[in-house]
Amino acid sequence: MIHDFGIVWSERSLLLSGLANTAILSALSAIAALLLGFLVTPALMSKRPAIFGLARLFVDGMRCVPFLLFAYIIYYGLPSLGLRLDNWSSGLAALIIYNTAYMAEILRGAWAVQPREPIEAGIAFGFSELKLFRRIILPPLLLSAGPVIGNQMIQIVKDSAFLTIIALPELTHAASSIQSRHYIPFAAFITAVFLYWGLCLVIEAGISSIGRVAEARR
Amino acid sequence: MAETNKVLDVAGVSKRFGANEVLSDVSLQVDKGETVCVLGPSGSGKSTLLRCINWLERPDAGQIYLNGERVGINNAGIVMGDRDLSKIRTRIGMVFQHFALWPHLTVLQNLMEAPVQVQRRPKAEVRDEALALLAKVGLSEKCDAFPARLSGGQKQRVGVARALAMRPDLLLFDEPTSALDPELVGEVLVVMRELAHEGMTMVIVTHEMAFARDAATRVLFLDRGKAVETGSPEKFFSNPETERARQFIQRYAGDVAGGRR
Ligand SMILES: Nc1ncnc2c1ncn2[C@@H]1O[C@H](COP(=O)(O)OP(=O)(O)OP(=O)(O)O)[C@@H](O)[C@H]1O
Ligand SMILES: [Mg+2]
Repeated sequence: MIHDFGIVWSERSLLLSGLANTAILSALSAIAALLLGFLVTPALMSKRPAIFGLARLFVDGMRCVPFLLFAYIIYYGLPSLGLRLDNWSSGLAALIIYNTAYMAEILRGAWAVQPREPIEAGIAFGFSELKLFRRIILPPLLLSAGPVIGNQMIQIVKDSAFLTIIALPELTHAASSIQSRHYIPFAAFITAVFLYWGLCLVIEAGISSIGRVAEARR
Repeated sequence: MAETNKVLDVAGVSKRFGANEVLSDVSLQVDKGETVCVLGPSGSGKSTLLRCINWLERPDAGQIYLNGERVGINNAGIVMGDRDLSKIRTRIGMVFQHFALWPHLTVLQNLMEAPVQVQRRPKAEVRDEALALLAKVGLSEKCDAFPARLSGGQKQRVGVARALAMRPDLLLFDEPTSALDPELVGEVLVVMRELAHEGMTMVIVTHEMAFARDAATRVLFLDRGKAVETGSPEKFFSNPETERARQFIQRYAGDVAGGRR
């Protein structure tokens, strides 16, 4: 068994590059999904039935599709419609689109419970448009939604493991190629589990520091 | 108009929400240094009137002038863009019933936010002025606290200081003490009385009749969206012209006679 972990150690550069890819993939898609979420959220709160309906359909639709299936559709399904993406683009696109729905729903929930008066005060004090959003609306929104957004980021890290099926060289993919090369499934996969766990700890630390900042203001 | 010292001129403002006519043809002039208290039963349109003055609500008819300058409509006769509107709004301070402080900012940051971000005044100058204002409302030691850690009375004093930090020409108060526990009302009224003495120009919606009687230079009585009476507080409270005003005063009579505070 020790011997098996020795083999994993000798393949550390492969594992680490898998870990780095998982981290990059997760961070990029979390940021992009959050930004796109901000665009979808106003549509979810729109009074116009057509806009609201479309946004609702997208969000509810996405949330009911298993991520693995969605990734299959992007990578294997789209080419039959004439759109062929490489595995990185497909993987990123799948993670981003899928999680935009979740982020939009999270932001909508947080937005709906924000008190109206401080925003009114912002307008009365001369804030408008982007500055109103950036200085007055956004900070309390992020503070209150922060922990839930953090949990979604953990979900993104875990979902990214599915992208091994489209041969994206992320952490799970690295672990399975080590195991198939050396026949050491336990050592290879348990190492990957610990690396995922480490990634989640980093995110957890971020969540709890947002939590502390928010707590002081509550 | 420029030769007078009229700070606010509300001329025949009307506003309806759907079929509900909330303000009809309301006029109000406020001279520099005046404290006008707006009184009236719930739903009579008091908040809507204040919100029309700084165009948080867009009036359907009538004009509003601040120091002779038209609010909401530009020289070309069209509705102002955000930038022009924001410039005018920074000259009208507003104090809210539920304080409406920005929860993510400290007390000092709450005071500095609009002067620095909107008025683009130098930070050091704004900071000195903000600290002086906090001293004035008796909250120097709270400057680094977040609003959530303050009592209601303290929050509202911050609310007043935040409005003053913009060096406004006019202050609007919408029931500034209605959300406070009775024992905290006094500390806010003290600050407002002081401002009245100093000659700040203010329009105050309030249910504090004793305050209106002895701090206002004039009262405006609104009823069902109409400016029913306006005049000196002495005359209004002792000898109102209309039956509606008489009934209204009667309902709050204990408050005035008892001199609650
Ligand atoms: N945004 C709005 N949309 C529809 N109706 C509104 C809106 N704002 C106010 N109203 C209505 O206008 C009327 C006057 O409201 P307003 O808040 O101005 O009264 P008020 O005198 O301030 O009352 P209160 O003493 O209860 O604060 C009420 O009937 C209210 O329901
Ligand atoms: Mg009101």
